[in-house]
Amino acid sequence: MEHIQTDNLSRAFFALADPTRRAMLVRLAAGEATVSELMAPFPLSQPTISRHLKVLEEAGLVEQGRDAQRRPRRLTATALSEVDGWISALRTQWASRYDKLDTLLSTLNGDKDDD
Amino acid sequence: MTTDLRFEFVPNKRDFTITVKREFNAGRQLVWDCHTKAEYLDQWFAPKPLTTQTKHMDFREGGYWHYAMITPDNEKFWNRLDYKTITPIDGYTAKDGFCDETGAVNPDLPGSDWTVTFADAGRRTLVTTLVQYGSAEKLQAAVDMGLEGGLASTMERLDELLVGLNG
Repeated sequence: MEHIQTDNLSRAFFALADPTRRAMLVRLAAGEATVSELMAPFPLSQPTISRHLKVLEEAGLVEQGRDAQRRPRRLTATALSEVDGWISALRTQWASRYDKLDTLLSTLNGDKDDD
Repeated sequence: MTTDLRFEFVPNKRDFTITVKREFNAGRQLVWDCHTKAEYLDQWFAPKPLTTQTKHMDFREGGYWHYAMITPDNEKFWNRLDYKTITPIDGYTAKDGFCDETGAVNPDLPGSDWTVTFADAGRRTLVTTLVQYGSAEKLQAAVDMGLEGGLASTMERLDELLVGLNG
């Protein structure tokens, strides 16, 4: 398989491929949020949430807001367009999911033919 | 083998719906079974590299499917699909949502409503999934505010990436 170039894009793509991170982006699309606010909806530990945040920050999707004490996170200007990249990531998910269904169906059909 | 199977993925940004259409090289009953039985769903539903694990499946109106998508390093993302209407083997409607391991749905996270239909297409089966997002207004507001400029080019670049990944 070809190695995929363009670091930022690959990172953004990787970041968007995860459902928790997508949900975090959706939350941030509604306005900035602190780490604990971001954590609240998830049954996940703070280190896990922080790891997800780090991925989003490295992808250039999320940055720290101005308030130095609360240290809220917000979407970067370019990230807002990445929310739509999220749609592209979803498309990849559906394509991948259905490729697996093709494999299963051909297995099941094969079983039937063997009868 | 799969290259000539129809696949459409059409986001409608206006009402924040996505319509996914896909043909499968199998009869409608089998394709239906693969969508509605846990032992089959577990074999395909999570996209690569994730795997699917069903915790609870009760495929009837008012019942639900509770499952985890599991990453290669064993992190689990719990989801729940609540079935609203079922018309074998034509289609079903359901509500998709994030939940925890106990199945408790998180109302703060964006769920979506699914309308899935199954139709004969010659010897194949066409599955159409209409995904409607509950958080349309909020998300759309953010999209409208920030996206006008950078959106098209980002989409194009991601499209190129996807072509690269698929090829």
